[in-house]
Amino acid sequence: MQIYLPIAEVSVNAFLLLGLGGLVGVLSGMFGVGGGFLMTPLLFFIGIPPAVAVATEANQIVASSFSGVLAHFKRKTVDLRMGTVLLIGGLAGAALGVLVFNYLKAQGQVDLLVKLCYVVFLGIIGGLMFLESLNAIRNTKKGKAPPRKKHNWIHGLPFKMRFRVSGLYISVIPPLLVGVAVGILAAIMGVGGGFIMVPAMIYLLGMPTKVVVGTSLFQIIFVTAFTTMLHATTNFTVDIVLAVLLLVGGVIGAQIGARIGVKMKAEQLRILLAMMVLGVCGKLALDLLLQPGELYSLGAAGGH
Amino acid sequence: MRALLFAFVLLFALPLRAEEIVLGLSSDQVSIDTNFDGSEILIFGAVKRDAPTPDEPRLQVIVTVAGPSEPVTVRRKEKRFGIWVNVDAVEVDQAPSFYAVSTSTVLGLSLSETEDQRHGVSIPRAVRSVGAPMNITDSESFSQALIRIKSASNQYQLNEGTVSVDEQTLFRTAIKLPAALTEGDYKTRIFLTRGGDVVAKYETSIFVRKVGMERWLFRLSRENAFLYGLMSLAIAIAAGWGASAVFTAFRR
Repeated sequence: MQIYLPIAEVSVNAFLLLGLGGLVGVLSGMFGVGGGFLMTPLLFFIGIPPAVAVATEANQIVASSFSGVLAHFKRKTVDLRMGTVLLIGGLAGAALGVLVFNYLKAQGQVDLLVKLCYVVFLGIIGGLMFLESLNAIRNTKKGKAPPRKKHNWIHGLPFKMRFRVSGLYISVIPPLLVGVAVGILAAIMGVGGGFIMVPAMIYLLGMPTKVVVGTSLFQIIFVTAFTTMLHATTNFTVDIVLAVLLLVGGVIGAQIGARIGVKMKAEQLRILLAMMVLGVCGKLALDLLLQPGELYSLGAAGGH
Repeated sequence: MRALLFAFVLLFALPLRAEEIVLGLSSDQVSIDTNFDGSEILIFGAVKRDAPTPDEPRLQVIVTVAGPSEPVTVRRKEKRFGIWVNVDAVEVDQAPSFYAVSTSTVLGLSLSETEDQRHGVSIPRAVRSVGAPMNITDSESFSQALIRIKSASNQYQLNEGTVSVDEQTLFRTAIKLPAALTEGDYKTRIFLTRGGDVVAKYETSIFVRKVGMERWLFRLSRENAFLYGLMSLAIAIAAGWGASAVFTAFRR
């Protein structure tokens, strides 16, 4: 069934979009990532103009994250306190990131920087996570207990706060800094930042994997809602028909994903996320290294 | 003597000019609704003339349909430090969003190079590129790339031999409009040529408009962007909540 999208001004297959939305929704509910880094290239591929794809994607993530976070709320795996601290840092970081982005745009070659950013970050994060979770799985097989949480310099910082759901009693400074850092990267790379936030929460803040997914989704809702409004009012590129088609699939997928995620072991969840991150990284790296079939590309004027 | 000369001029000159186009369109309006999946427009007409039909050179018909023009930036990738990056960019000043040329015979035979240049009929002539940056010497290859990419998605079409001409008087053709169509006035031109020269020209417009929900949403997004944004978010939140509620109900 073909449907004409009023803002994107292209005609697309409705079932294809429902399927895509569902697929990305499952990942979203499982791993606590928005899925923008997967969906946006897929939308480019089926012929949606890039500006519309990026903006509409933000709107769809609001829906699937909201759906996912409700499922996690029921299981009490959302740390609202931590989420709020991260969100405050994240919004500050995003504002800073927009400034950095505009500065880089004035220097030219912002596209290249974004792609290199992606490859480097995804490569490092994915690689480290993969090795860590592989070790964790080996250790549990051998029957070794996981190493106890160590006290380090982070625990010496002031402004301590108790995060009961995460079982942490730490200073608010590290979560704030993580929020700012992810916010900056998210603004530069044009994504919600879930795939950076999730590993940061696990490894830098030491939060339990189960809580991380719900908490990440909680803060993604606000970041992407903000992005949607920004795109809708300044670029007029949010296509509501496209969004509805994607989010119908997305919200259902997110519910399924959240249920799969709860049934899985933390190490398995982490290793799958690591593999997915590495896969995206590999694809981007290949794009940069292999000669493209068409050297030329078209874009709206004035956007260099 | 002067009168005789005048009559002489009239006799030989007029047949070249005295051909006129009478045009019909299957519809001069294309409505884009939610189910829009491309459209076909039938363009037909007749040649009205005061003098008998000249046999040679034969009458040829060219029909062009052009969508609204807009400037487009064409970028080219190059290998730098081992990776492929966008290096050069050329702005093509005017590129129609859609352009179709249909002819009764090979375009090169029915239209001379000078007439093509004057009227801008062939695809390369319809795409106008004026200023390329100083450091780019082969700006031609950028416009060629634009045409290549647009042709691949059927946005630019050269349909040679698809206009049928009967008795040098009646002509008709069908133009296929793709599903990815933008709104606007589509300028439609019909040329009658003989021996490569344009002997008559007719211009009209086909109006492509969004209707119904498509039109309403599009206008809302431009005229009341804040409300549109809030509406998008409300739908997203409602859908997210709805799915959650349905799934919870299933589990009970």
